[in-house]
Amino acid sequence: MTELANRNTLNNPAEVAQPLGSAEQALSIATLSHCYGARRALDNVTFAVMPASFTALLGLNGAGKSTLFSLVTRLFGIQAGSIRIFGHDIGGEPGEALRCMGVVFQPRTLDLDLSVRQNLLYHAALQGIDRREARLGAGEVLSRMGLADRESSKVRDLSGGQMRRLEIARALLHRPRLLLLDEPTVGLDVKARADILSHVRRLAIDQGIGVLWATHLFDEIIADDDIVVLHHGRMLATGKVGRVIDDAGTRDLHSAFMHLTGMSMSPGELAS
Amino acid sequence: MAKTQPAGFSIAQYFTCLTGIVWREGLRFIHQRERFISALVRPLVWLFIFAAGFRQVLGISIIPPYETYIPYEVYITPGLMAMIQLFNGMQSSLSMVYDREMGNMRTLLVSPFPRWYLLSCKLLAGTAVSVLQVYAFLLIAWFWDIEPPPIGYLTVLPALALSGLMLGALGMLISSGIRQLENFAGVMNFVIFPMFFASSALYPLWRVQEGSPMLYYVCLVNPFTHAVELVRFALYGKMNWVSLAVVGGCTAVFMFGAILAYDPSRGLSRRGPAGGET
Repeated sequence: MTELANRNTLNNPAEVAQPLGSAEQALSIATLSHCYGARRALDNVTFAVMPASFTALLGLNGAGKSTLFSLVTRLFGIQAGSIRIFGHDIGGEPGEALRCMGVVFQPRTLDLDLSVRQNLLYHAALQGIDRREARLGAGEVLSRMGLADRESSKVRDLSGGQMRRLEIARALLHRPRLLLLDEPTVGLDVKARADILSHVRRLAIDQGIGVLWATHLFDEIIADDDIVVLHHGRMLATGKVGRVIDDAGTRDLHSAFMHLTGMSMSPGELAS
Repeated sequence: MAKTQPAGFSIAQYFTCLTGIVWREGLRFIHQRERFISALVRPLVWLFIFAAGFRQVLGISIIPPYETYIPYEVYITPGLMAMIQLFNGMQSSLSMVYDREMGNMRTLLVSPFPRWYLLSCKLLAGTAVSVLQVYAFLLIAWFWDIEPPPIGYLTVLPALALSGLMLGALGMLISSGIRQLENFAGVMNFVIFPMFFASSALYPLWRVQEGSPMLYYVCLVNPFTHAVELVRFALYGKMNWVSLAVVGGCTAVFMFGAILAYDPSRGLSRRGPAGGET
């Protein structure tokens, strides 16, 4: 497994994060490790997300995806390694780093009793955006996410898909150049999932935003995407999806994942 | 776009952030009527039942800031005001550390403002809510013939702000220090009750001294006693400098300690292995 990981990393030098001179990279993670007591949640993870790209962070539950998100968003302190967002070190310049970043966490983080607008205005205040500008920005991101007519609704009255779109709208309010989404489609029906996925892909293309999309669902990833395969805290492969499949010598991403992780499971079992 | 933003934040932006956090806490408070009512019922039960029963047992002599003999209800009102803040401070601070409000804490902590500033704003917002609760209590108490001088309603405001901040910061410090805390009952038994009973909230300290000199000194070093006395004096338009110094000093120490000890991974890492969210 380790050999494979090394081989894949070495084969793709372009995708390996460069801790120095990485200003052009939206997100650059280098030799990142994290432990909870004796349990190692992340082990020497290195990869980068480029602007205007869609990078899928693929891993099963327990792979270390949420730990990675907690570290990138400064929720946890870094134990070993480094994280830079557009060249700003999250440990050294957390303010500047966080300013460039929009985040959608896996658990819902909206105030259900407040209206859509109130949720957005609160977030705007947390970014130091004044009321007038925030109102304008809120209208803009809501119409972009197809929620313009729900501005006055209570969040509690929205559907699951609409809540997720609102969280994405909220994450875009301060015009970030990097968007992080931690399993944003969990618990949504097929249509809502496809809807959100296409919205986010468009953001990467139209707005030049670098997207890091954590998922355990293979069907959310297409051949053109960049991918980072995470398993038990170790990074097994990174690069273009097509290349990862070729390097693993398999036909599709699912088989490549099985090959890399040394597992044998049906896609149905994985998805569940 | 973000590229054109200057580094750092202006003072106006810091202020926008503070008002936003307080505004949201206020909105949530308005929407959570149960929380508001239960916060109000507790001191009212003390006032209507406990005080009514004890007024015959306990005689109160004339002690500052009072200038006449006062009924027992009048004596314990400042103590109950501080009790509202004590409960509020412990409750809101616990939820900041443990996962109940974790989602909201995440939203707060990905804000690019410095973490110490965000936590201070959050404490201020919790204090603002506790002050609203105290005023609601004072309004009902007024109909129960608890009538401090009109100016007292104004002069008590800064005292309430300071004592609310101290108790909120203390709550945050305690919840950061305790490793395992399954529910609120633990804090009730080990923090709230001892602090409340070993203070001047229910009985003047000279009476405590008559009964137990030892307990008298415990009450004297209890910061809650000074919060009560600060509020009591302020409610009558007077200043208790010793209490102000103690409460001010404790606020600074508790806030510094709480911000230093605040660890957002605590609420998550406890849940991590069980919930599978790693």
